[in-house]
This record gives sequence, C-alpha cells and structure tokens, in this order.
Amino acid sequence: MSERSIQWFRFTAPANFYDLAGRLIPWFAALTIALFAVGLYLGLVVAPPDYQQGDSYRIMYIHVPTAWMGMFLYVLMAVYAAIGLIWRIKMAEIMAKAIAPTGALMTFFALWTGALWGRPTWGVYWVWDARLTSMLILLFLYLGYMALHAAIDDRQRASNASAVLAMVGVVNVPIIYFSVQWWNTLHQGASITVTDAPTMATIMFVTLLIMTLAAWMYSIAVVLARARIEVLERERKATWVRERLETES
Amino acid sequence: MREFLAMGGYAPYVWGSYLVMAGLLVVEMVQLRYRRRGLMGWLKRMARLTEQEERK
Repeated sequence: MSERSIQWFRFTAPANFYDLAGRLIPWFAALTIALFAVGLYLGLVVAPPDYQQGDSYRIMYIHVPTAWMGMFLYVLMAVYAAIGLIWRIKMAEIMAKAIAPTGALMTFFALWTGALWGRPTWGVYWVWDARLTSMLILLFLYLGYMALHAAIDDRQRASNASAVLAMVGVVNVPIIYFSVQWWNTLHQGASITVTDAPTMATIMFVTLLIMTLAAWMYSIAVVLARARIEVLERERKATWVRERLETES
Repeated sequence: MREFLAMGGYAPYVWGSYLVMAGLLVVEMVQLRYRRRGLMGWLKRMARLTEQEERK
C-alpha cells in the first residue's frame, strides 16, 4: 500500500463530487436567498391584486413553482435511479435518494397551497378531480420510494428496488401535466406554455419566473447537501473521508 | 402595514400558504445540519478508534 493507492482513492468520483458540491452549495444558497427576497417583494408587495381573485391569487407565486419542482424533481430522480440501476454508478444512486425528500416536500407544498387557494376561489379545499388526485399520487410515489429505500437493509438491493419504483412512477408525471386537458376538471389549464405567450400580466409572469428560479436554487442546494451526507455515510471507510475529517468541522 | 397583513381579507389563506412553506423549508435545512453534524462526530470518533487500534 504505497502512495499510489492513496492517489487513486483521491480521484474516485465520490470524493470529487464531495469537494465540488461543497464549493457549489454556498453559491446556490446565496442565489436562493437573493431570488426569494426579490420574488417575495415583487409577489407580495409590488404586483397588483388580481381583478377577479383579489389578493388570494398571490398564493400562485409559491403554488406553481412548487408544483413544477415536484414534477421536475420526480423525473430527475427517476433518471438518476435508472442510470444507477443500469450502469451501476454509485453517485447516480446517491443523487436519486437525495432528491426524494425535497421532491416530496415540494409536492406537499403544491397540495397545501392549492388547498388554501381552492377554498376562496372554488369554495372547497379539496376535490377528487384529475389534477389534484394525480398530484396526490405523486406525493405517495415519493413517500413510497423513501419507505422502500428505508425498508431494505442491504444498500444495493434497496437502491435497485426503489429505482424500479421510481421509473414505473414516471408515467404519472405526464398524467399530471395533461390532466387538465384530458379530463374535465375544476383546476384551470396552463397559463404558461412553451409555444404561446403567457396569459398573464408581465409583472406577474416575471415574479413567477423569479420564484421558480428560487425554488430551483433551493432544491439544488439542499439536494447537494443531502447527497454529500449520503456520500460520507457510504464511503465512511475510504481514505478520502478520513482526509476530509481532519480539515472540516 | 395593516392593509398588507390583511391581504384583502385573504390573510389566512395567503399567510397560511407562505408561512407553512417557510417553516417547513427551515425544518428541512435544520434537519440536514443536525444529520451532518451527528455523522461528522461519529466518523471522527471512529477515526480516533481506528488510529488507536493501529498504534497498538
């Protein structure tokens, strides 16, 4: 065991990831704070009330970004899970596992704020229509993924089994997205699409964009932080971990 | 200020959305910090033990 083996360990992917993520997290955290500060100011103070919904529409500025995040993160989680399952890439397995709690949280926010928005606009907190039900299923998929991961002691088997669940569950994402077109639902259709101009005022659109970016930056920072912890747990016996322990608190 | 907090009569809905989200985001970050701190402490203890073993 000469210096060569130490050199080799130093350049394994998990060690590189650990260092790089550690350098990136402060930047994403700073962007999160800046974007949320601007977005909240624009959304709660500057943007005028809606002519129909009054101030209740301001829930949109967190409802829509968190709903998008919940769906995006699920697809991302499934892609990482698939990469981990097919090519046996450890970092991909770790990323998939690290995304799940934040994705579940975002989906919960979308449901929670949706309920609190539905009450003043529709008169009910909840209806079993296609959009709401498929979003609830997304939350259960996240929770099922996490529960399955936690239920199996063997790490590799846990990764494989939950990866299959994550990949099968992807079918739900297009169902959520198109639910407002395929079925008659209480939920309104998309106000922002790739092909058409947004059907809302510019200030509202810009604010929504900033809040969406803020949600992205937050998610990236938190997922990277969680993945760093997972890497340390998995690699606890590696030489590079011991090297980092001496320099970090 | 009072007008701002009233949110045009929608205060429970608007603030109920924003505050719950803010609270849970803080919970998520604090939980991660504790988890990291606990793990680092454990890893350091283990590293010390291995060092002692190796010295013997």
